[in-house]
Amino acid sequence: MTDGGDGSLPRHAATAAAGLGLVVVLLAGAWTAVLAVEIPLNQRKSGSEFISPDTRAMQDDDTENPGMLSVLDGEALWKEKAGVTQKSCADCHGEAAVSMKAVAARYPAFMPALGRPVDLEQRINLSRVADQKSAALPFESKDLLALTAYIARQSRGMPIAVEENAQSKPFIEAGREIFERRQGQLDLSCAQCHDDNWGKRLAGGLVPQAHPTGYPIYRLEWQELGSLQRRLRGCMSAVRATPYEYGAPELVNLEFYLMWRARGMTMETPAVRP
Amino acid sequence: MARALINVPATAKKGEVIEIKTMIAHVMETGYRIGVTGKPIPRDIIDRFVCTYNGEEIFSAELFPAISANPFISFFTVATESGTLSFAWTDQHGQTQVQTAQIVVE
Repeated sequence: MTDGGDGSLPRHAATAAAGLGLVVVLLAGAWTAVLAVEIPLNQRKSGSEFISPDTRAMQDDDTENPGMLSVLDGEALWKEKAGVTQKSCADCHGEAAVSMKAVAARYPAFMPALGRPVDLEQRINLSRVADQKSAALPFESKDLLALTAYIARQSRGMPIAVEENAQSKPFIEAGREIFERRQGQLDLSCAQCHDDNWGKRLAGGLVPQAHPTGYPIYRLEWQELGSLQRRLRGCMSAVRATPYEYGAPELVNLEFYLMWRARGMTMETPAVRP
Repeated sequence: MARALINVPATAKKGEVIEIKTMIAHVMETGYRIGVTGKPIPRDIIDRFVCTYNGEEIFSAELFPAISANPFISFFTVATESGTLSFAWTDQHGQTQVQTAQIVVE
C-alpha cells in the first residue's frame, strides 16, 4: 500500500478519485443532454396505443366509456341557466356541436386581454364569471370536468392545433423548459421518461410519450374523470417534487407545450387510461 | 338521480341472442378509504341490480365493495317478444333507480 498506514488514500490518489467522480458526473450530464431529443413527428403515438385492447375497447364504445357519463352531465350543464344573468352557455353559444367544434383542440390559447395563455378549464371559468356573472367552478370539481369533457368531446377525431405565434411562443418555450428540467428528489425530468424511454416498462405499465390527446381522461386508477393538470401534478409527486398548484402559470405553460408537442394528433376525449 | 347509460338493440329477430350493456354513475365507495380529514369515508355502494323483460326477471346481480365506481354490467338474453326492458339499481340505503328501454322483436 502506498498510504501512510491510516487507511486513507494518498493525497494525489484522492484528488484523482475526485476528478474521476467529476468526469462521471459530467458524462451523466452529457448523456441526458444528448438523449433528450424530441420524438420525430412521424414517430409520435397517442397514449391509447400503449393501453390494453380491453381498455381501448372501453374508450371506443360510447356505451362502455365511463367518461361519457360526465359528457352527458356536461351537456345538461351547458343548457343550465346560471349566475346573475340567468343565462346558459347555450343561450349565447347555441349548439355545442357547432359552436364548440374543434375548440378544445386549440387550447391552451393565448388571451391578449390577460397577456397569458389559459387552458380550457380556465377559459370556461372566465366566461362563467364575465358573461354569466356566476362564481368560477373549482378546479377538478365534477361540474368543471363535465363541462370541459362535453366541450372537448366536440373535438373528438380532430387534429390538435394550438396556435404558435410571437405572443404564444415564449409560453410554449417556458413549458418546454419545465418538461426538460430535472426535478424532485428523484432528479428526473419529464423528457427523461417520455422522450428518451417511452415504450419501456415502469413497473407494470408502459411509459407513454405523454401526448395529452384525450383530456379530461377517465383514469381507471382514479375511478373518475380528471384533468391534465391533475395528471401532471401526479407525475410531479411521483418524482417527489412539490407539484405546482392548480391553475399555476407553470402548469398552463406545460400544458401548452405538451399540446404543441402533440400538434396534428387526433383528439380522443374522453379517453380512458389505466 | 344518477346518470345511467343503457345499450339495448332497438330491434332484434325473434330468438336472437342480444347483448345488453348498462352503466350507472356511482362512486361505489368501499368504506375502507381514509379521507383528507383522517376519518374513514363511509361506505356507499349499489348492492343490487335487476333486469326485467316485460315484467319477468331475466338477470340480477349482487354488488360488493370491490366493484369499481360507475359499475358496468353487460349480459345476454334471448329476444322473445317486443316490449320493455327495465333496469333497477338499488343502493345500500334501499334507494332504487329504475330506467327502461324498448325493444321491437320481429
